[in-house]
Amino acid sequence: MITDSISVPREDRLSAIRTSKLFWPLAALALLLSFNLITDPSFFAIEYKNGVFFGSLIDILNRAAPVALLALGMTLVIATGGIDLSVGSIMAIAGATSAWLISHEVVNSLWLILAISLGVSLLAGLWNGLLVTALGIQPIIATLILMVAGRGIAQLITNGQVLTFSHEGFEMIGGGAFLGLPLSISIVICSYALALLLLRKTALGLFIESIGSNPIASHYTGIRSNLVKFSVYGVCGVAAGLAGLILTSDIQGADANNVGLWSELDAILAVVIGGTALTGGRFSLSTTLVGVVILQTLTTTILTHGLPVQYTLIVKSAVVIIVMLLMSAEFRHQMKSLFQRGQRSE
Amino acid sequence: MSDVEILAVTGLSKSFPGVKALNDVSLSLREGEVHALMGGNGAGKSTLIKCLTGFYSSDSGKVFLAGKDISSLKPDQIQTCGISTVHQEVNLIPTLSVAENIFLGRQPKIRGRIDWKTMNSKARAVLARLNLDIDVTQMLSSYSIAIQQMVAIARGVDMSARVLILDEPTSSLDLKEVEQLFSVMRRLTAEGTAIVFVTHFLDQVYAISNRISVLRNGHYIGTYEKADLPQNALISKMLGKTISDKTDSSTKKQSQDQDEKEVYLTASGIGKSGYIEPIDLKVHQGEVIGLAGLLGSGRSEIAKLLFGVVQPDTGRLYVQGTEQLFSSPRKAIQQGLAFCPEDRKKEGLIGELSVKENIILALQAKRGWYRALTGVQQEKIAKDFIKSLKIVTSDLNKPVKELSGGNQQKVVLARWLASAPSFLILDEPTRGVDIGAHQEIVRIIKGLSKQGLAIMVIASELEEVVDISDRVIVLKDRKQIKELSGDEISEANVLSSIAEGAL
Repeated sequence: MITDSISVPREDRLSAIRTSKLFWPLAALALLLSFNLITDPSFFAIEYKNGVFFGSLIDILNRAAPVALLALGMTLVIATGGIDLSVGSIMAIAGATSAWLISHEVVNSLWLILAISLGVSLLAGLWNGLLVTALGIQPIIATLILMVAGRGIAQLITNGQVLTFSHEGFEMIGGGAFLGLPLSISIVICSYALALLLLRKTALGLFIESIGSNPIASHYTGIRSNLVKFSVYGVCGVAAGLAGLILTSDIQGADANNVGLWSELDAILAVVIGGTALTGGRFSLSTTLVGVVILQTLTTTILTHGLPVQYTLIVKSAVVIIVMLLMSAEFRHQMKSLFQRGQRSE
Repeated sequence: MSDVEILAVTGLSKSFPGVKALNDVSLSLREGEVHALMGGNGAGKSTLIKCLTGFYSSDSGKVFLAGKDISSLKPDQIQTCGISTVHQEVNLIPTLSVAENIFLGRQPKIRGRIDWKTMNSKARAVLARLNLDIDVTQMLSSYSIAIQQMVAIARGVDMSARVLILDEPTSSLDLKEVEQLFSVMRRLTAEGTAIVFVTHFLDQVYAISNRISVLRNGHYIGTYEKADLPQNALISKMLGKTISDKTDSSTKKQSQDQDEKEVYLTASGIGKSGYIEPIDLKVHQGEVIGLAGLLGSGRSEIAKLLFGVVQPDTGRLYVQGTEQLFSSPRKAIQQGLAFCPEDRKKEGLIGELSVKENIILALQAKRGWYRALTGVQQEKIAKDFIKSLKIVTSDLNKPVKELSGGNQQKVVLARWLASAPSFLILDEPTRGVDIGAHQEIVRIIKGLSKQGLAIMVIASELEEVVDISDRVIVLKDRKQIKELSGDEISEANVLSSIAEGAL
């Protein structure tokens, strides 16, 4: 029977907040920020110069933009029970394509450059989708192929060199500002808004979660699992391409060897910190976004505190472990009972 | 077959929390006999086998192998004593060679290294005992399931099997392969090995075994010479019901004139080799068709064939007069079919999703992704079905896996009803459901058929099939053997049809 929810007692509401998927990632972020507040109050300073805002917080959001886009696609792929290791390489391909188009003066229109580069990224993503759905290759293997080959393709396009260029319009993508904030932030916000609209106002999100949760039952229910998966890999490709364009535009050059290197791991990490299970099923884009911001805040914090660069990765992984433990209900329960036992013995 | 007793089980009992799986079971096995172990679902066959092979330790009772008490030995010790088991699913390693599989864990060695030459020639010799001449250096997976099954047997036999337990070895074999297996079994028994043969195929029991033991609900019913136990007697012992002669008075319902009703679906000669023999079937609107038969008789197979889960290799399927080929469930759903599968967890529920989402899923899939049901619509549909099917849940948005079994079953039922089907296939709709929910579901099925829905019900409970159905199709050994309608429908008639078999 359905019990109509009347008034929710305060305690229940508190626990509802605590069991919300957003609570623990946000708590971790708050913890990280308050650490900065204590050790370095200037971390929160924001300046306004020449119509543009400056400051560590703005910097975090700006630098988080590429991984945020990667993590958007990655969340969806992971929700279907897959994974995409090739996003870093797709970034390189998209960057190389745009740089090649500009430096060889093939096209000059910004929109054409974007359309062609993102089109190539879409194809790359659909290639992954093809391997996973039509050929039934395990996602980790299927995308590993493009992870390796993709960087090679990008190097072929740039002839193995850093292809520099100058294009006034294109440079705006990574370097421009909108409403006083880096344009990349607006790109991320628009992408997430569009994705949420597409996923939650249609049945796509439900189908993705259904496929990830139980692929066989979904097939029996008449959901076109293969078509959905195929499209999701395509979307992931486009998102990765866009991330690649932001970075390429920012440095005004395509570095096929290094752009987006290892960033697929950051994207996966952000998804996991955001609480989407690697086994697929339920996903949440908003918590993924929080996960991205946590990762970038961490990196920036380490850098601004003047910690030697060689410690960065170790500190980062230590904090990631702590965040993961905090999010595990099992761990919290064990800590709680340990704490209570300690109190009783006193 | 000699009269020498090789294995003796006395007073074996085994309990699991809430269930007494074996209750004072005794069994005696003679050298060189094929001893069939029969029983329905939950009769205790697997538990008995696991107790014999040491995977479970029994609560009380003893097992003697050639006079020696082996009750408390570990699985590997029992294996070296001479009891080998070959399971339904071949549990060998598909990516290793045949020879490696036979000698895995006990490879012949020279100075610490594997002696491949000896191993391969020994493997060839072992297989030759079973009349099998194959390349033992090939990967196991390159051979058919039947051959893999034989390799498993060869492995067991080579580890000095005085007793060989075959647990449903024939369920995935075709006729020719079964014959091949039988000849291997005959050869082994001629050498003195005793074989415990577990199967659901009655005809195979009578083709190969010498004696038959029957278990029912954990109790030992008896051991019989094959000649003393005709098929109908065996079935009644397995089910605990007596089969009277064909004329039975305890029948039900007046026969309805099916010709008046419109034919919804026609299957003519639809089948798939090694899966189900070709069947002919007409489903009328507003009619409930029951599929009756023992476990493994091909009931679920028919459902999966009709619903496009498995594609037939012969025959034609017509829906409302038009020929259809269902290459996937989706195609079948678009033609108005719906299917509640037997394995609720694996094939039915989307555990993580909410009750509401599970209910609207099939309808939403039918509409396509872009024509999303609004939140209000979803809520209304879910609430309606929760009310009409009396689904007990505290919250629409609770993950469906947190519901009880009966309520989960109703959620799956609700999902298909929400998709407004014309033909609903229910495979074991009341399995794992408590009495109250059981009656509820039966009531719902009857109500739906009154509204003109064509329904096919598969159930192990004969009572249920007989109670619900307007027509009953009786299956045996993956063949359609009889169709009963109107007054003919009774438990006794179904049982005697199974016993008589076909042809």
